[in-house]
Amino acid sequence: MKTPKSHERIVLTGMGIVSPLGHDIESVWKAILAGRSGTARTTIFDASTFPTTFSAEVKDYDFRRYVEHPSRHDQCSRSSGFVIGATVQACRQAGIDVESQAPADHIDRTRMGIYLGAGEGSLDSDAFFAGILAAWNAERDEFAWPHANRIVQEQMQAAHELEQEPNMAVAHIARLTGARGPARSCLTACAASTQAVGEAMMLLRRGQADVMIAGGAHSMIHILGLTGFNRLTALSTRNDSPETASRPFCASRDGFVLGEGAAIVVLESLTSARKRGATILAELIGYGSSSDAYRVTDMHDEGRGAVQAMRAALADAGLTYRDIDYINTHGTSTHENDAVETLAIKTVFQERAKQVPASSVKSMLGHLIAAAGAAELITCVLAIRDGIVPPTINLNDPDPELDLDYVPNAARKMPLHIVMNESFGFGGQNNVVILKQYSEAREKPH
Amino acid sequence: MESDRVVVTGLGAVSPLGLSADQMWAGLCEGRCGIGRIKAFDPAGLRCELAGEVPAYSIQDYVPRKYRKSCKLMCRDIELAVIAAQQAVAASGLVTKGIDPDHVSIDPTRMGVNMGAGIISCDMVELAPAVAVSTTDGRFDIRKWGRVGLEHVTPLWLLKYLPNMLACHIGIIHDCQGPSNTITCAEASAHLAIAEAAQVIARGDSDIALAGAAEAKVNPVIMVRQILLERTNNISNDRPGAACRPFDANAHGSVFGEAGGVLVLESLSHARRRGATILAELVGIGHSHCIDPAYARLEPDGEAVRIAITKALDDADLDARQVDLLIPHGMGLPQDDLAEAKGIAAALGDATKEVTVWPTKSMLSTTGAASGALDAIAAVQAIGASTIPSARNFTRPLDGCHLRISTDTVRRRIDHAICCSYTHGGQTAALVFKRCDEGAAS
Repeated sequence: MKTPKSHERIVLTGMGIVSPLGHDIESVWKAILAGRSGTARTTIFDASTFPTTFSAEVKDYDFRRYVEHPSRHDQCSRSSGFVIGATVQACRQAGIDVESQAPADHIDRTRMGIYLGAGEGSLDSDAFFAGILAAWNAERDEFAWPHANRIVQEQMQAAHELEQEPNMAVAHIARLTGARGPARSCLTACAASTQAVGEAMMLLRRGQADVMIAGGAHSMIHILGLTGFNRLTALSTRNDSPETASRPFCASRDGFVLGEGAAIVVLESLTSARKRGATILAELIGYGSSSDAYRVTDMHDEGRGAVQAMRAALADAGLTYRDIDYINTHGTSTHENDAVETLAIKTVFQERAKQVPASSVKSMLGHLIAAAGAAELITCVLAIRDGIVPPTINLNDPDPELDLDYVPNAARKMPLHIVMNESFGFGGQNNVVILKQYSEAREKPH
Repeated sequence: MESDRVVVTGLGAVSPLGLSADQMWAGLCEGRCGIGRIKAFDPAGLRCELAGEVPAYSIQDYVPRKYRKSCKLMCRDIELAVIAAQQAVAASGLVTKGIDPDHVSIDPTRMGVNMGAGIISCDMVELAPAVAVSTTDGRFDIRKWGRVGLEHVTPLWLLKYLPNMLACHIGIIHDCQGPSNTITCAEASAHLAIAEAAQVIARGDSDIALAGAAEAKVNPVIMVRQILLERTNNISNDRPGAACRPFDANAHGSVFGEAGGVLVLESLSHARRRGATILAELVGIGHSHCIDPAYARLEPDGEAVRIAITKALDDADLDARQVDLLIPHGMGLPQDDLAEAKGIAAALGDATKEVTVWPTKSMLSTTGAASGALDAIAAVQAIGASTIPSARNFTRPLDGCHLRISTDTVRRRIDHAICCSYTHGGQTAALVFKRCDEGAAS
């Protein structure tokens, strides 16, 4: 295995987003700085009798507007459709040709890879439920398989089934861009796209690729997704006020808001970006990953894994906690996450814990599950660009136990150089990346 | 640099050929077939009624006593992963919390887990009572589901079906606190997970990783998906042993199955320090992606396969002539097998006539994400046994396939073995394993 010790710097040169707050970078950012919520009554299916009747849906979106050859993606799943729009935006900004037989962007396609944290398609629930009903005899407690087999085989559609596997979002990006390099899709629950960005960065550092298209996509706003999260009592049930339901770090928080979307970034070696004359939006300087190895149902109560991931990311960047200007938290609005995350930040940031602004954009975007980390990474890049910390909205009832500076309710102007983005997932998956305002000189922070 | 080199020090497999890696290897050497009529449910009415199923087991026998109550949170995919990991760790000589909590020999923060997983389908029977109370005039009624049906779903239901739970259960049992990832690239998942685990070790972020994959495809929804995508053999229900025929002129589709496979990967320096038996070294990794607009089939010239193998050889600093064994993806789909054969031949060039190619799915079935893990394990076992078994169900090559398929058991030293895999969708990977003569702490 060739694993050159590379001193290559990794930069970000393109971004794209399809989210509950809009379908392009600037309108999403404007909405976030204005403290708008993307949450409303669920419309994708009739959720009116569920414990939670609202979600953060992507609204009025059609991937066909982004491509010249929509027929190549005709049967794509909802979340792959989001990926197509986000990828086209990111590639345009980065100067990467899409849908081109002969790309003129001077990128060797075998050195261009893809790494997503992406979710599965949504089950064909009509066929699935019909199959169950045909086979199940409740009185006799019997399941007549041949009836289920017949119904499922008759009703499911090949084209829909093809798009079920979580790797298909990557497959669509490959067709759009012609990328032939390292391609992976991971699914570490709510930490997936931060892990994808981090591992993509590592592939670039070790010289396995020149350009990586990375990010995430997910939609679990479907019958069984909502059922599963409602049964776990992980979701807010503030049905009378959906737009205030996502309230990270607030005493009255009662769960997260299920969202959906896609967020894509173009990462590349500085050498590649300079060679192409790409505009550099930020530099990625640190990545840390760990697992709690504690319980599948709960986070480690002292945030052991979260602390390890934060420290690993700092070490990777050659920094200490004193160098971080802003923390973009995982901040889900669940009791457990927000308490444990606060504790973990206190452990790592010690005497500075209360001074470093730590906000949650999930208060506005909702929780994009596998796509959350990449969407939040994009807000970090914009925060650095504009020198503005995005707020945590709905924070009007502070939890006395949670006493960090969560940037309540209003965005805050302040210069930002180095920012930490945190993502934690069910099962104890912890991923942290650190990014920095780009400057040509490689500065030593100390 | 020793810390940059990654070696294999333990293997674990549960497959249609048995409940251990040893049983799998014995079965492969005998040319046994693990495919039969589906037993997990009555397959009557499905166009293909065949599958490769793992023999009966009790998960309770494979987890530490204290962890037994967590078994109710495991779907079958998780169980297969947990069993394979338990075996692999035991075989490696590492003492984790899951082996003996009082004599742990590892630093938990330096041990990671990288698993490949498939999309896990819900269990129809499990949800039947909930669906049954949610009907109006015999049809599913979503408002009733939201009001009453949902209450019949067990509260932790979702946690059984999240793909990352394979790695999470393994991580909890063995107390692996290092980087953990779950690769969801269908049949390429295992090779990509192994590749990433090796890269994590090589860059110094951990010393040890449990890497592999598991998937249980013997579920009506998943089986129907394969049938609708025209991947199954629908004409051999009465001849299971002859049904899956990679690269054979008489191939009529694949047969799907279930398995789990895990390798213990370790930095060479860590393995040497503890005097571990080194089974092989992972010396090359190659990736690519298919870009043909037809998603459901491999591109006709197998270009992504060519690129992945070429890159893996280059990564290993090898000439194609130095390859002694190649385990292809070959799943018995004539069109895809032919495309893969073309990609392999293009990568091997003149060496195509010399390199022995040994497909395994005729015996193991196509076990989704797990298939690449079984092949990686088989490659390491072949190196250790200096043996290339004969391919089952291969009598005459597909027209246009010029690979040298193994038709007799060959006993000879194997210095380098490659395995490769791809997905319908396009992710493609190849791994090169090298014989390690130094053995233990030399």
